[in-house]
Amino acid sequence: MNLSRRQALALGGAAVSVTLLPVSFAFAASDASTAEIAAFTGGATAGEGSIELTTPEIAENGNTVPIAISAPGATSVILIADGNPTPRVAVAHFGAGAEPMVATRIRLAGTQNVIAVAQMADGSFVKTARAVKVTIGGCGG
Amino acid sequence: MISRRDFLQASMATSAIYGASGFGKWSRLAAQQSMTQEKLLEFDTFGNVSLIHITDIHGQLNPIYFREPEINLGVGAAKGHVPHVTGADYRKLYGIDDGSASAYALSHDDFGALAKTYGRMGGLDRISTVVNSIRAERPDALLLDGGDTWHGSYTCYHTEGQDMVNVMNTLKPDAMTFHWEFTLGSERVQNIIDDLPFVALGANIFDAEWDEPSELVEPYKMFERGGVNIAVIGQAFPYMPIANPRWMFPEYSFGIRQDRMAEMVAEVRAKGAELVVLLSHNGFDVDKKMAAQVSGIDVILSGHTHDALPEPVLVGETIIIASGSNGKFVSRVDLDVRDGRMMGFRHKLIPIFSDVIAPDAAVTAVIDEQRAPYLDQLTEVIGQTDSLLYRRGNFNGTWDDLICDALIEERDADISMSPGVRWGPSVLPGQDITREDIFGVTSMTYGQSYRTEMTGEFINVILEDVGDNLFNPDPYLQQGGDMVRIGGMGFDFDVSKPMGGRASNMTLLKTGEAIDPAKTYIVAGWASVNEGTEGPQIWDVVESYIRRKGTVTVEPNNSVNITGT
Repeated sequence: MNLSRRQALALGGAAVSVTLLPVSFAFAASDASTAEIAAFTGGATAGEGSIELTTPEIAENGNTVPIAISAPGATSVILIADGNPTPRVAVAHFGAGAEPMVATRIRLAGTQNVIAVAQMADGSFVKTARAVKVTIGGCGG
Repeated sequence: MISRRDFLQASMATSAIYGASGFGKWSRLAAQQSMTQEKLLEFDTFGNVSLIHITDIHGQLNPIYFREPEINLGVGAAKGHVPHVTGADYRKLYGIDDGSASAYALSHDDFGALAKTYGRMGGLDRISTVVNSIRAERPDALLLDGGDTWHGSYTCYHTEGQDMVNVMNTLKPDAMTFHWEFTLGSERVQNIIDDLPFVALGANIFDAEWDEPSELVEPYKMFERGGVNIAVIGQAFPYMPIANPRWMFPEYSFGIRQDRMAEMVAEVRAKGAELVVLLSHNGFDVDKKMAAQVSGIDVILSGHTHDALPEPVLVGETIIIASGSNGKFVSRVDLDVRDGRMMGFRHKLIPIFSDVIAPDAAVTAVIDEQRAPYLDQLTEVIGQTDSLLYRRGNFNGTWDDLICDALIEERDADISMSPGVRWGPSVLPGQDITREDIFGVTSMTYGQSYRTEMTGEFINVILEDVGDNLFNPDPYLQQGGDMVRIGGMGFDFDVSKPMGGRASNMTLLKTGEAIDPAKTYIVAGWASVNEGTEGPQIWDVVESYIRRKGTVTVEPNNSVNITGT
């Protein structure tokens, strides 16, 4: 089966509920993302495992950076923009039978790590991160 | 039984001995002052497939002078490796004699003097002669254009790339990929691509809204040549919407997309490709990393960073070919593909010495036809130069010093900025400067020169940001241009430091005072990626300056102190 993303989004819409939280410039703390992850995992340590984060190496536009998370076997994922004033960007819950993947666009305040943590069906957590560079551009050869 | 890896390495060594990488031989014959077309094109046809690679022509229909870089620093794993080797080190590496034709074509020393001996290089009519000669020996050779073709000259600007399209079509390329072409704007690029008599490739050209492969181009094309199934995969310049104004082509997204490349390689192999060729506008260091990370690519035809290498670079089982810029060189790569795999190669970087290789008259006529309506404008003499005018190099060239001086004087600014692009032919001491010469180093669709206020802190941010695009040790974070050129300000720059720590000791040259982060300075520049930039076109600013000076002299510029090399 060769499903385009347009079709996948249309199909997936019903099964996936995504909470997109607005990025604000209110409270900022360097360990804010650690606290968000701890809240999501209930303090459990997230290991490495079946979770993949797709990001550009350099954002074409820091205001709308395409991010995709795929976490086979997950029931929910949290997306964290580590360097944003409000790091918690989105939480997605996957209903029974839903493909545990989500793709969205996020705003990045600057070069930073994007972190994804997934809760698996057995209650364990897995985590991955990728650096995304945000640059002012210009000067191509 | 010899492994494929050993075979490749043996083949490489053999190439060097026989001069079948072409190099030692044309170096020697040049030293004997006996360059002939026959000898430049001499090639012992090998295997069953021939690839012809040309890239980064930047609108240069006719022969030009182009001085190769003096400073081309590598960082991280690339430090000290080609293409980050220049001058005497480069000549030593490839056994090139000082003062030889090869020294002139491939390195920077004594450029002004050697240029007078060996003449201009390039010209699409000469390139046609070379292509025809290769096709005479191998009629089904593939001609592959790495992009940056429809950009860079007066006629290209005024015809929105049509001059280059018309002339390139006479050469009958088989495929092409892209970079500056997109700065013609989405609609124009779409219209040209719709009518192209060959395939437009870009596996990493995506629809920006849906983040799906764009329907404008194909990711790859399968060819059957010499009984071999060949897949040519295209890779456009990954950072176009960052390095160039994304508002000009908002429908498109690019990026490195390494996973996509791996998928495409697997897909073409599954379709029976026995040879996988990547026609790339990644830039050399990005191609080296991609070759190491994505297995199954046999040949990368590398473009974007304008490097000319007389021998392929081997990464694992992938050979990377760098064919220079501005029409100075054409690479011929002959391959022996048997039992579904590449068993060996023979390569030659063919230098297009325009006085030695005869022009193809049919193509000359098409070139002249493109230029005829503009000839008076093109050839008008604006002034003269006492100095060699060149651009290429990591930090500053005399052309950019001239442009930066023009911006400060014509726009009454404290500091000026000129983009670190790698294109732009050279002008020799004593030569006239024509309008065509000025367009050669300034022509673009967003050439407005701005005049604005910037704080010292923001100027520092620009130096650090652009510097990291060039000197980040991870090639996937490099954009392949050179450092932004600065007029009116000196600074120290440590290439070995991380972002934020490279630029220091910024000094306003006219007062000798340190740049104050909190203070505001008047800055003039051009080629802003921001929409709605207002101001006169940079070529008009430069023309007005040169006209006023009559004869320009560019003094040596020691205002950038580079460390950490």
